[in-house]
Amino acid sequence: MRFLLIEDNLKLAGAIEERLRLDGHAVDHAPTLETAASCMAVASYDLILLDIMLPDGDGRTFLQSHRRAEKRTPVIVITARSAVSDRVSLLDLGADDYITKPFDFSELEARCRAVLRRQGGAADNRKKFGNTYLDSAAGELQFDDSRVNLRNRELRLLEVFFAAPGQVFSKNHLMDRLFSLSDEVSENAIEVYVGRLRKRLEGSDVRIDTVRGLGYRMVPL
Amino acid sequence: MKAHGSIRRRLFFQLAGVAAVLSVAFFVVLRGVAERAAEGTQDDILSASATAIADSLRSEDQGVTLELPYAALSMLGTINEDRVFYRVVAAQTTLTGYADLPQSTTTPNLGEPIFATFDYRGEKVRAVSVSRAIGPVSDATNVVVTVAQTRLGLEAISRRITATATGVGVGFFLLATALSLWAARSALKPIERMTDSVTRRGPSDLRPVESNTPAELVPLVAALNSFMARLRASLSQTEDFIAEAAHRVRTPLATVRTQAEITHRKLNKPEHKRAIREMIRAIDESSRSAGQMLDHAMVTFRADSLTVDALDLNAIMADICDRLGPTADLKDIVIQRDFWNSPVTFKGDGILIQAALQNILDNAIKYSPEDSTIIARVDVSGAITMSVTDQGRGFGGVDTNRLTTRYARGANVDEIVGSGLGLTIADEVARAHGGHIEITPNPEGVGACVSIVLPIG
Repeated sequence: MRFLLIEDNLKLAGAIEERLRLDGHAVDHAPTLETAASCMAVASYDLILLDIMLPDGDGRTFLQSHRRAEKRTPVIVITARSAVSDRVSLLDLGADDYITKPFDFSELEARCRAVLRRQGGAADNRKKFGNTYLDSAAGELQFDDSRVNLRNRELRLLEVFFAAPGQVFSKNHLMDRLFSLSDEVSENAIEVYVGRLRKRLEGSDVRIDTVRGLGYRMVPL
Repeated sequence: MKAHGSIRRRLFFQLAGVAAVLSVAFFVVLRGVAERAAEGTQDDILSASATAIADSLRSEDQGVTLELPYAALSMLGTINEDRVFYRVVAAQTTLTGYADLPQSTTTPNLGEPIFATFDYRGEKVRAVSVSRAIGPVSDATNVVVTVAQTRLGLEAISRRITATATGVGVGFFLLATALSLWAARSALKPIERMTDSVTRRGPSDLRPVESNTPAELVPLVAALNSFMARLRASLSQTEDFIAEAAHRVRTPLATVRTQAEITHRKLNKPEHKRAIREMIRAIDESSRSAGQMLDHAMVTFRADSLTVDALDLNAIMADICDRLGPTADLKDIVIQRDFWNSPVTFKGDGILIQAALQNILDNAIKYSPEDSTIIARVDVSGAITMSVTDQGRGFGGVDTNRLTTRYARGANVDEIVGSGLGLTIADEVARAHGGHIEITPNPEGVGACVSIVLPIG
């Protein structure tokens, strides 16, 4: 996914950029509303992450003009305020969702996914491997004539494999992608989910291989 | 606040007191004037009668003769039932009449009647005496004519006058009292109107009062408005301060958390990863506690002066489920919606109810195992019940009453990040709306069911 991050704190912006890139996303950073406007003039984004307190204006005015211009790109506000009343006013102004600093990236990703699904998905929401399609927006696997519904973690795990077919992912890496860092999880949790994926993939010509001592990879049957 | 007296009552009693004094004065004056008029009439007739008798006195030879004119006595018959007495005395000798009828001790001057009131033969009588000098000037005989009449008729008139005066006085008093009541009420109308327009306001409405203010209340309203302006300034300063403080604290915290996540990715040794996770949990805990403390402060503030809007509780519950859906998704938790089949209208503060439900549902997600189901239910049989049932660990047998006290948590929270304010918030919101919360074990298996119960209507 391609993000536009509007955030004036350079350290935080840098960290968010790096963190999102780790999950394979592209990020443009705009420290001011002015830069954000020029970014949006030349590129199209799947999602905008917006801070409210900015040096050259209030993020809320950006939200309003964004909605007035009837731009479809969803906006998730990153706010330092958590009160329910603030949330109501943000949503009234046209934010699609909001997340409170400091935030969990798994949660940010989940919120992005929910917002995009409500809107009908990002541009590249269908990925193909062999005869099998992974539809992220619908949360399902499609092969031959069958459609298999995926639960959230199964989908996220498959997205990792579909992004780089054939590549071996360590258990640690997969755990990082799948579980929030504040969750308490055991090592064999990944085995449980890989086991479930194998069941889901039965009948397709895709399978998940165990590479002893290294991890897992997705390969054609 | 304890009321010290009532202006309306004081105004009413003062006006009614004045009315009572006026009524009594009115009664006394009316009766006095009327009785004097009646007495005057009797005196005039008595004196005319006595004069007529005196005029018919004749001097003859050595004495005085009297041909009693009956007209003189019959004119007194106009007043019913009264008895008439008369006595004519010439030179200390009673010529005619009742010899024991007392006469005034002083001899009245010629043409000047003397009136007196005394008891005679067991009755009160009014008497008049006139005198004449009869005979030649050199040897005149002094004759005193006394005519007396009982006062029965006069007393009857007096009773009638008293009754009428009493009636008029009481009527006047009652009318004046009713008018005082009305006056006291209408004088205080503007105050009531103002009170109304101030109390109807929501907790955050600090605009100046602009109702039609009578001149006497202008200083009070001006003082109130200037007080509200100061309060507004201080509130907005506080809000700015909280926003700024939250921004300054939470932004670097977000940087630290993000860097920690990146570092966690790059590290390989399990003990290093564990250390980073500990760090992240500490950050989450402080952020969560700060958020709940602010929520709690907001709830306490708003609960004091409740905003009342017409709400659809189905819609609010749906909104909260939408909001927390992604968080539940992360753990493969399904939020099953079991709402009422028609809108559930309730008059209350929407922000507070959202805060309560968000805290309850957030708790349920936090304490639920992966791959479980949470049931969000809105039910209107008996009372309005909004419940969240999870398949989590429950509250570990802790007294459920204690859970709603601040910072109290279940006995089995282990490592889960929490501040113990979530249920306190929900409880305070429920009580501000005349309801309560119920914490029961999940009736369909493991877990807990937390409900907000609100009265219907």
